[in-house]
Amino acid sequence: MSRIFISLCLVFSAFAMPAHAVEQAASPDSGVAATHAKLDPAMARRLKTLETELRCLVCQNQTLADSEAGLAQDLRNQIEQLALEGKSDEEIKLWLQARYGDFVLYRPPVKPQTWFLWFGPFVLLLAALAFWMWRLASRRVEPRADEPAAEEFEHVLEAATKSS
Amino acid sequence: MKLLRFAIPLGVFALLVVFLWRGLGRDPHEVPSPLLGKAAPAFALPALSKDDSVVSSDSMRGKVWLLNFWGSWCFACRDEHPTLMRLAAANEVPIVGIDWKDDPSAGKAWLANLGDPYLTTVKDASGVVAIDYGVYGAPETFLIDRQGVIRKKFIGAITDDEIRNELLPLVHQLNQ
Repeated sequence: MSRIFISLCLVFSAFAMPAHAVEQAASPDSGVAATHAKLDPAMARRLKTLETELRCLVCQNQTLADSEAGLAQDLRNQIEQLALEGKSDEEIKLWLQARYGDFVLYRPPVKPQTWFLWFGPFVLLLAALAFWMWRLASRRVEPRADEPAAEEFEHVLEAATKSS
Repeated sequence: MKLLRFAIPLGVFALLVVFLWRGLGRDPHEVPSPLLGKAAPAFALPALSKDDSVVSSDSMRGKVWLLNFWGSWCFACRDEHPTLMRLAAANEVPIVGIDWKDDPSAGKAWLANLGDPYLTTVKDASGVVAIDYGVYGAPETFLIDRQGVIRKKFIGAITDDEIRNELLPLVHQLNQ
């Protein structure tokens, strides 16, 4: 039994081989902790904030600020260099977007392709509200045939109070 | 009204199925490149060979060529290597290799042991050229036309099928 289990594990780990390998070498003087260490604190804070809005392309659910991947370190170095050249946050974002596309931004830009993303929830909410109000309105106008009308209740009520 | 009571949930369900079905077929690791149809970023990098002479992307002007990012540290590149050897043997399109963030001696050993499919190989030790090309993993391969415009990008190990069905038809078309 355990032999079967082990061979199954081996089979599946073969499928899990990365199709697109990623360089992971990290030297001790690199990494998140050492990032922007040589900059003045205000500039380092500014870049750190900027990097939390940018996606690490390698480990896609991490920000550029948090990632230890080799590529993230390279990108942080590039961002530092651009910032030292006097580029603004917006210019740095455009620089990255030109190379990696909108995917690098955690906050997708508003444009025709992303209208559904940005406005879809509100449209759905409005549609649901409209539907709900329409249901309420239509229910008030026409009582359902199988429900006793209000006058019938009155008769029952009258009979009950008389008999007591 | 009665019809709506069934039609609306059914419609919502069908819509969900369509979205989930499409989601199944998509690989979130394949990030579409904004560089398609744009000029390939120029580079001038030292060759991987002994003499370190600088090779510039301008030397490929006027040719349809492939630019392949690889590294000896990259498993998928080892998968891809025999395919590139076959492509090089077919003599259809020249391949320039960029040994990305690699130890030069390991890169040289790779080509010596496994064979060299490249017209030339240059080394991008700092990874700056890779960033210019929006590379986020290896291997990645770009098809560049005579005017120096990127026409296609292959993410991950290129396969014989992709070469036959996508790459070569495009190469023939661009060479006309």
